[in-house]
Amino acid sequence: MSIKTFAAIDVGSYELSMKIFEMSRKEKLHEIDHIRHRIDLGTETYTTGKLSHEKVDELCRVLGEYADIMQTYQVSDYKAYGTSAVREMVNRAIVLEQIKQRTGIHIDVLSNSEQRFLDYKSVASRGEQFNCLISSGTAIIDIGGGSLQVSLFDKDSLVTTQNMRLGILRIREHLSQLKLKPLQYGEIIEELSAGQIEVLAKLYLKGRKIENIIIVDEYISNALAKRDRALLENYIDAGQYVSFVEEIKGHSLSEMGKLLQMPEESMFLLYISSVLVMQFQQAMGAGRVWVPGVTLCDGIGYEYAEKNKILFTNHDFEKDIIDCTQNISKRYMGSKKRGETLERIALTVFDSMKKVHGLGKRERLLLRLAALLHDCGKYITMTNVGEASYEIIMSTEIIGLSHVEQEIVANVVRYNYREFVYFESRQEGRLDKQSYLTAAKLAAILRVATALDRSHKEKFRNIVAALRERQLVLTVDTTYDITLEKGLFSSKAAFFEEMFDIKPVIKRKRGV
Amino acid sequence: MAEKEKKIDFKNPKYYTNRELSWILFNIRVLNEARDKSIPLFERLKFLSITASNLDEFFMIRVASLKDMVSVHYDKPDIAGLSPQEQLKELDKVTHDLVSLQYSTYTRSLLPLLEKNGLHVIQAHEDLSKAEGEYVDRYFKENVYPVLTPMAVDSSRPFPLIRNKSLNIGALVKKKGEDKELEFATVQVPSVLPRIVEIPSGGADCRKVILLEEIIEKNIENLFLNYDIVCAHPFRIMRNADLTIEEDEAADLLKEIERQLKKRQWGQAIRLEVEAGIDKRLLKIIEKELHIKEEDLYQIPGPLDLTFLMKMYGMDGFDHLKKPRYEPQPVPEMEGEGNIFEKIQKGDILLFHPYQTFTPVVEFIKQAAKDPQVLAIKQTLYRVSGNSPIIAALAQAAENGKQVSVLVELKARFDEENNIVWAKKLEKAGCHVIYGLVGLKTHSKITLVVRREEDGIARYVHLGTGNYNDATAKLYTDMGLLTCSETIGEDATAVFNMLSGYSEPLNWNKLSLAPLWLKDKFLFLIRRETENARNGRKGKIIAKVNSLCDQDIIAALYEASTAGVKIHLIIRGICCLRVGIPGVSENIKVRSIVGNFLEHSRIFYFENDGDAEIYMGSADWMPRNLERRVEILFPVEKEELKKRVVHILDVQLKDNVKANVLNKDNGYEKADGRGKERLDSQEEFCREAMEQAAGEKEAYNNRVFIPESAVEPSYEIE
Repeated sequence: MSIKTFAAIDVGSYELSMKIFEMSRKEKLHEIDHIRHRIDLGTETYTTGKLSHEKVDELCRVLGEYADIMQTYQVSDYKAYGTSAVREMVNRAIVLEQIKQRTGIHIDVLSNSEQRFLDYKSVASRGEQFNCLISSGTAIIDIGGGSLQVSLFDKDSLVTTQNMRLGILRIREHLSQLKLKPLQYGEIIEELSAGQIEVLAKLYLKGRKIENIIIVDEYISNALAKRDRALLENYIDAGQYVSFVEEIKGHSLSEMGKLLQMPEESMFLLYISSVLVMQFQQAMGAGRVWVPGVTLCDGIGYEYAEKNKILFTNHDFEKDIIDCTQNISKRYMGSKKRGETLERIALTVFDSMKKVHGLGKRERLLLRLAALLHDCGKYITMTNVGEASYEIIMSTEIIGLSHVEQEIVANVVRYNYREFVYFESRQEGRLDKQSYLTAAKLAAILRVATALDRSHKEKFRNIVAALRERQLVLTVDTTYDITLEKGLFSSKAAFFEEMFDIKPVIKRKRGV
Repeated sequence: MAEKEKKIDFKNPKYYTNRELSWILFNIRVLNEARDKSIPLFERLKFLSITASNLDEFFMIRVASLKDMVSVHYDKPDIAGLSPQEQLKELDKVTHDLVSLQYSTYTRSLLPLLEKNGLHVIQAHEDLSKAEGEYVDRYFKENVYPVLTPMAVDSSRPFPLIRNKSLNIGALVKKKGEDKELEFATVQVPSVLPRIVEIPSGGADCRKVILLEEIIEKNIENLFLNYDIVCAHPFRIMRNADLTIEEDEAADLLKEIERQLKKRQWGQAIRLEVEAGIDKRLLKIIEKELHIKEEDLYQIPGPLDLTFLMKMYGMDGFDHLKKPRYEPQPVPEMEGEGNIFEKIQKGDILLFHPYQTFTPVVEFIKQAAKDPQVLAIKQTLYRVSGNSPIIAALAQAAENGKQVSVLVELKARFDEENNIVWAKKLEKAGCHVIYGLVGLKTHSKITLVVRREEDGIARYVHLGTGNYNDATAKLYTDMGLLTCSETIGEDATAVFNMLSGYSEPLNWNKLSLAPLWLKDKFLFLIRRETENARNGRKGKIIAKVNSLCDQDIIAALYEASTAGVKIHLIIRGICCLRVGIPGVSENIKVRSIVGNFLEHSRIFYFENDGDAEIYMGSADWMPRNLERRVEILFPVEKEELKKRVVHILDVQLKDNVKANVLNKDNGYEKADGRGKERLDSQEEFCREAMEQAAGEKEAYNNRVFIPESAVEPSYEIE
């Protein structure tokens, strides 16, 4: 039987949900069960940083039940992810360990950028529709409890992705503190969000035409599904969307609950989400809205199927990460051409050293990103580029990267410039030994690449690397004078040698 | 036209019948079966017994509830505009009339007929011959005396607890040799002993029976040895039993119900039945001690508590006076090779009980329990039989390592004690038992079997209109559907997720659930017919339910009728809708089928402009079903199954033997059978099921014509 049964668990800010999927080449992702339990973790962790006893108990009880359900379906594998509410828990290690002990379920914490990337994948999992939309200007608005993520696409590539603290639970908290009349809600939500939307438009839109908005959320999706499931299949006119929002605004929450056959308590969150999206729609002037009705669980399932080669996608998600990184570099006036040269050289070295460094595909991607971002700090200072780059990378969101990966990239760039600080003597940073080592290896490789492009003249554009005994022979096919590179190479390559016990040497291709 | 329609207030109380009064009409229809000379004598005993137990329940639940309302000064009028006080007043009259009709039926019709057929019921112990008297006395000494607990009351001893529904003999006694005042004494007629005692008599052609209370009465002086018996008479009380469980307060629902069960006996007395001609002094004492009001007193010209007639029905040797027992027929789709899952894969299977056997449903669970591919079984249980094969199969499944989840409804009226016992049994076997939902009764009947097959998870679902009770499935007419439709399977999974306390699914494919959206669904379906009729298209609704008393539904039906929708309602019991109101309900016809089997299925037909939709479900059109219970409505979609359901409705609409038609004066009359072929729908279905089982495809075409005079007189209605 080539069917795999998989469970995706999302420990969200206001809901604990699980989807059971059957995966096969033939059926792709087939959802067979979707269990949802409402539990508000967000309100507690956002305000106190901790989860009360009762909430932990409830979480364990329900997760225990989920474990039973998984057993019923004879699930062969599962993945459980915690999002912002878990992320913002100050004692999450303790709580997660407790959950693991009591339920046997291991929960991984997603960084915001990983979470958004999965959400994004869940949208992309809808295939054709998605590919067709992002060929023109498209914004994915991913609405969460604590924050909201906007990702902009143009011509099939990801332009930027920005996190805004406009989560609907957060806004509800604000509104409830203000003691407003229902009529004022709309206005206040607009005021709360207008500033941030304006900044987004100024910095990232820059006259770009956004034609489509894709919404990833729960409430608008549910409401539209209740109205007509078919509404989720395709995009709707902005006008149609606006009149839907007007309808919500025009009714009391309880009336609307009845009308949509949804619980009244979720109507307020529906109200906030739909008004927020309308704000974006109007600021961007988008003419079409698509609500695919996907959830994080879909993304988790999709990612798993992809990783396990059950599913093949024609959308290149790695390219999204690279596109996004290139755009960050561009924003800080990085040199695209040099970045690409460095990337090419670094990857050549990386690939030839596979047996030595033992790193994989994912680290290769990190190296690419580091190469692309190698000089972003120059935007701030010419003298302390390493540190400035480190800071920029650490405070910029790169979609699809975990916190650890982000820190690895930042460190690779940093130690490309400044002297390496050994793990044993470092003062700061959160990386564990293994990740730090990865950063060191990648930095060593990037240093070699940087040394080879010292003059920024791309003399080493065409390079072949070959591992011979304890030497890495870099054969260059160039007519340029390479005295500078050769001369300065040994000092730059020292760290590489220390790292791998392999000496890189430059050779000019014979016959040139 | 539209203008005119708007002016009518369809919720005007004058368009409605009070539900309690309508219920009394139903019980009269059952009583009419006991009075129907064309029915075998012992069947008539059974119907009379049913009216008695029905009435008991009615008092304990409905009358009690009205009395509660009056006592707390709740005076909101019902849909017919009557306050609780007014309802009680009207009921007072009709219930007394009903009781007199019961006893005149018993004494004037049934007793003489029994006599004629060789069963002599000795009315009073005074009528016994000497030899018979001696037999009875010996029977008393050996069997009865040891279990009696006589109780006397004097200043030092309080008035004893008289148990709900128990039969007692009250007596006035006087200390021997003293000339003191009269004292009250009482003894309960033990329910553990048979109420009917047969006395050996000479001939086989005349058997004699006497009731237990007469035997006790005859020997009552043996119970109060130091006393002289002044008089002794049977009496019986009914107590308030409408226990509304305080779910918000009960930390543990199970415990609360156990507690309430013990309390039920202590409810306030709301009805007193005494033998007609009871000594006035004795009556006064009982009335005073039990706080009985004049209107709650019923002086009974015959034996109290006619439910003993059901036992009489069970007596051996009178088979010729009973309807031949019908054996539920095998289901053709279930025959042949292969397991039940393979059979369901071939196509949805419609089950029609009791004409067809309930075995496939039991088999469904039994096979699931053993099938190695089955992962999980989930089921809702409302009322199950005492020794249920379903419970046994579920327990077996759990022991075989299947995931078994059972929602046990503890709040099923009068069955709580029974339910708790087997719920605990299931838990012991390793089933996951959910004890109902706070604030809601789970009335839906659904079973889900999750199976891992070659190409993934497959779900098999049984949906029904009746309980998972193999015993009542032989008596109640119900329908069931076995399917492995993916969409219904998904919905079924969602239903059980919800029943387990998880959130509602984002989307329902096929099923509609109460109390969430079921009422809206019905209103939508009715209004769609209304719209169609308004636009000149054909509008037609056929609904078969047990009760109709939801105001929103009735108002929607009135509106539909006004728009020209033809509405046929087949309602066994309560119907608060009135027919023939000019400009309101002229297009509505209501009929009630009361037959040998209890009509129980709920079927709904909507014309939908030529693309008819058929639904079945667990819900009646009552507010409690639509608002306070978990109910499921499911569609019948396969063409050939739809045809069968339409045929079933059609036969019921043509029934002219067991059908009663509601007239515009709010009375029921036998359907007009003059000049028509005699058609008893239940008999017809029996015949069809036998034919189907025998593999005959052609419909039975050889019905017997019965001369007009043989049926009860009937009248033209419109």
